[in-house]
Amino acid sequence: MNVPEGLYYTEDHEWLKVENGVGTTGITDFAQEELGDIVFVELPEVGDEFQQHDNFGVIESVKAVSDLYLPVSGEITETNEKLLDQPELVNDEPYQGGWIVKIKLSDEGELDELMNTEEYQEFLEEEA
Amino acid sequence: MKYISNTPPEQKKMLQEIGVEEISDLFQAIPENIRFDRSFDIPEALSELELMDLVQEKAEKNLDLSKFDSYLGAGSYDHYIPAIIDHLILRSEFYTAYTPYQAELSQGTLQAMYEYQSMICELTGMGISNASLLDGASALGEAVIMARRQTRNSRVLLPKTVHPAYRNVAQTYGEPHGVEFLDVPLQGGQLNLDSLTEELDDDTAALVVQYPNFYGSLEEMEKIAELLDNQKKTMLIVVANPIALGLLTPPGEFGADIVVGEGQPLGNGVNYGGPNLGYMAIKDDRRLLRQLPGRLVGKTEDVEGEIGYVMTMQTREQHIRRGKATSNICTNQALNALMAAIYLATMGKEGIQEVANQCYQKTRYLITRLAEIEGVEVVNQENHFNEFWLKIDSPGISLEEVEQKMCEKDILAGVNLTEMTDQEGLLVCVTEKKTRQDLDNYVRSLEVVLND
Amino acid sequence: MTEALIKEYSSPGRKGYSLPELDVPEENPGERLPEGTIRKEAVELPEVSEVDVVRHFTSLSNMNYGVDSGIYPLGSCTMKYNPKINEDVARIPNLANIHPHQKEKYVQGSLEILYELKQYLAEISGMDEVSLQPASGAHGEYVGLMIIRKYFEKQGEERTKVIVPDSAHGTNPASATMAGFDVVEIESNERGMVDLDSLREAVDDDVAALMLTNPNTLGIFEKDICEIQQIIHDAGGLLYYDGANMNAVLGYARPGDMEFDVIHYNLHKTFSTPHGGGGPGSGPVAVKDRLAPYLPAPLLKKEGSEYYWDYDRPDTMGKVHAFHGNYGVMLRAYAYIRTAGGEGLKEITENAVLNANYMKHKLKDTYELPFASDSLHEFVLSGSRQKTDGITTANIAKRLLDYEQYAPTIYFPLIVKEAMMVEPTETENLRSLDRFIETMKIISREIEEEPELVENAPHNTVVRKLDEAKAARNPDLRW
Repeated sequence: MNVPEGLYYTEDHEWLKVENGVGTTGITDFAQEELGDIVFVELPEVGDEFQQHDNFGVIESVKAVSDLYLPVSGEITETNEKLLDQPELVNDEPYQGGWIVKIKLSDEGELDELMNTEEYQEFLEEEA
Repeated sequence: MKYISNTPPEQKKMLQEIGVEEISDLFQAIPENIRFDRSFDIPEALSELELMDLVQEKAEKNLDLSKFDSYLGAGSYDHYIPAIIDHLILRSEFYTAYTPYQAELSQGTLQAMYEYQSMICELTGMGISNASLLDGASALGEAVIMARRQTRNSRVLLPKTVHPAYRNVAQTYGEPHGVEFLDVPLQGGQLNLDSLTEELDDDTAALVVQYPNFYGSLEEMEKIAELLDNQKKTMLIVVANPIALGLLTPPGEFGADIVVGEGQPLGNGVNYGGPNLGYMAIKDDRRLLRQLPGRLVGKTEDVEGEIGYVMTMQTREQHIRRGKATSNICTNQALNALMAAIYLATMGKEGIQEVANQCYQKTRYLITRLAEIEGVEVVNQENHFNEFWLKIDSPGISLEEVEQKMCEKDILAGVNLTEMTDQEGLLVCVTEKKTRQDLDNYVRSLEVVLND
Repeated sequence: MTEALIKEYSSPGRKGYSLPELDVPEENPGERLPEGTIRKEAVELPEVSEVDVVRHFTSLSNMNYGVDSGIYPLGSCTMKYNPKINEDVARIPNLANIHPHQKEKYVQGSLEILYELKQYLAEISGMDEVSLQPASGAHGEYVGLMIIRKYFEKQGEERTKVIVPDSAHGTNPASATMAGFDVVEIESNERGMVDLDSLREAVDDDVAALMLTNPNTLGIFEKDICEIQQIIHDAGGLLYYDGANMNAVLGYARPGDMEFDVIHYNLHKTFSTPHGGGGPGSGPVAVKDRLAPYLPAPLLKKEGSEYYWDYDRPDTMGKVHAFHGNYGVMLRAYAYIRTAGGEGLKEITENAVLNANYMKHKLKDTYELPFASDSLHEFVLSGSRQKTDGITTANIAKRLLDYEQYAPTIYFPLIVKEAMMVEPTETENLRSLDRFIETMKIISREIEEEPELVENAPHNTVVRKLDEAKAARNPDLRW
């Protein structure tokens, strides 16, 4: 299971990378593996504002549906439109081409509540 | 007959394997105080011969359509049904199967549904069809909820020219979702375009148009399409008679967003109104597709590149999405859809046109001949497909008496509109099964009844 | 062998139908009808001969599998044998060829059958009044919930929630949403039953109803049903019975006696009407007297010796079908009940439960049995023990197809990982039960010894494993 260094993680199996106050988020390798072949991602609109843990979209595989939750509060600045035609990117490159949205963080303090790589790895082991 | 194979020795052997003494031991989980402790008040078992005698005896109390010359329609239509349909659907690999959960062993059902979807699209001029809904009326109900969700608006214009039972069902479906239904009144046999223009606004989720409408008339589809062109937020839901589409411009060409209707006329018998076949087709729009209720069959490949068919986009459905599904529908009308598919393939490009044309021409002929009789008026004599609104204005005889007297001449003259609407008259339906002789006899008989 | 699409048999000018010559004068319809309403181009339907159609659909039927082909142990679907005589009954011309707008006096025979069917359904369930209008089980659920909605509206109470156990059929929460309720899901306990504490916690003044399947989707009878009904009724709520599993209790227990207020039947499950490749079904709703005013309109009634449709129902929940529901299906169910007889129905249940328990007993050492509680007509196994990196329950199901047997319901109920829900029904004989048991054991061995055989199954079907992801990512839904 790929759990890259330098990212934040949530118990809902989302990852977050923060650069200059802008976060990029997607689902983890573990989550994509659990869901199976991703066939659809429902994206929010750019400009939508969300609170931490808000449901901002939906991700679907052939036989499962999962809500997407934002790791932090903020405003959507960009969505990965490529996923509309190539949802399989989430399976193939969950941490790169399979990113889902970018958010302008409204409270960097929230980052403290998220897990780091080690903590998430431990969390996965406990879950199993 | 109970169709059980287990013999007493086999039962004993099975009980021993399980490790209990008696079959009733298997029911110990049911608390004593709620146990059913008597026998059912249901008659004793019948043999096949006895059963057939019993039901035949009851059947004799009916007078079926073969005893009459029937002009009943209004949502259930007596068209010609090619003999092969019943022979083919009696292939029990079709009718004893269920929803094709295991695609590789259900390719017959799946491919037939793909073909059904394709032919419904051809007929309606729409991009996507589902694999059937329960009947035409509930399909309209589903369409209304879909428009409510898609537009997030609650006003739905439901003209008086839509089948009254369909209006009723749509209202039942819409009510829990806060849909506000508005009437558009009648004008002659059509919906009143001025009222429609007035009612239509930005907050209107959908306009429902029946095509041909309940009274048999065609609405001014081009004008309606123009109106909606200026009201892009409002969805156009067309309830179409699929046989009429053999002759009429497909609703897709008028910009319909959703087309629904009763597929029974396509090779399904009248059967006292069920099982019928709800069909639903939508324009080719990915966002709308995600709102579509019901099963969908898609084409794909197997691991060796061979073409095959599967149920697809199931995340819309209740077994995956549960409370957030686009509908609660699970069991649909698959066998009736199969019958429709066989019908459409058999009649084909030319046949569907010929059936529709014969329906129209024979209706036309009857209307022309009726004009010869005094005291009758056809409200929509210039504008009809295969049904028309016959008004009788003859002193000394009520509509009920006309119906009754025609019946005594073995003619079911039409559906009495007073029973279903706030209008008077008969709704008369003519299909391709009528001969000139039948139609002449109708006219002659009515003349006699009115002048008696 | 796969089969081409019917349109590929098309040849311009070929015909497969015959109609009499038009014997009335022909006019140009475009002259009178509103502008633009005549089709410019003919419908692009196939142009094929009758033989083409017959061979095509016969080929398709050969690529299908039904109850007549062999065991069909799809849990919660009750895939029992469909008696052929019932097909004949439904095709008696006097019964089939009647129009829904014919006056009642011409269809008294049919109405008599429907009325007797209503009486049997009331007796079997211990309820008071029945509507035959719903065309499927989910349709029945919707009607039942709308009745509950109307009832509270009439009482002047605003109740917004419906409680559904996490083991429930997906149609339950979906129907509740369709009827405008919010769904509250409660967890099952370690015995696979409703957890009474969770239930007590979920119940308040906003709860309109609890929807329950009993026995539940694990095949387990909710032993605490008396406490459950007390909790709900004490809080002023109503109890809804999902009749999908009625085949487990005929003659042993009745929802009415368990104090349920509303139930729906699935005539296509319990009463053997053919499933038709997905439908038609029929989902009659039965209620206790106090809910009868809210049943759909019209309602079939009898006065003296006359049967009639009562449209005068001011408090009705409305209407869900253009006519009277799936009448043809009702005829078959009637024939089934009459051939079984009152005593026979009980034997049907007994053998359904015997067959299921026999199978469970024979398979529980090979496959994990997640809930050990007594089960009735169906049981749920888990493929967890067999699960490897490459193999899941889906593969086990596909491998069954290679042995020309249909697979159980898989991945349901959701509370069991790698679930396989098996319902053999009473019509399977011992030989066919043993064959299924043996096949399941062989597959388990294969997973150990030749995993790739199972991983790549099916091998012997007309097509091999189909790419569902491709179908969903780029939907190709028509030719």
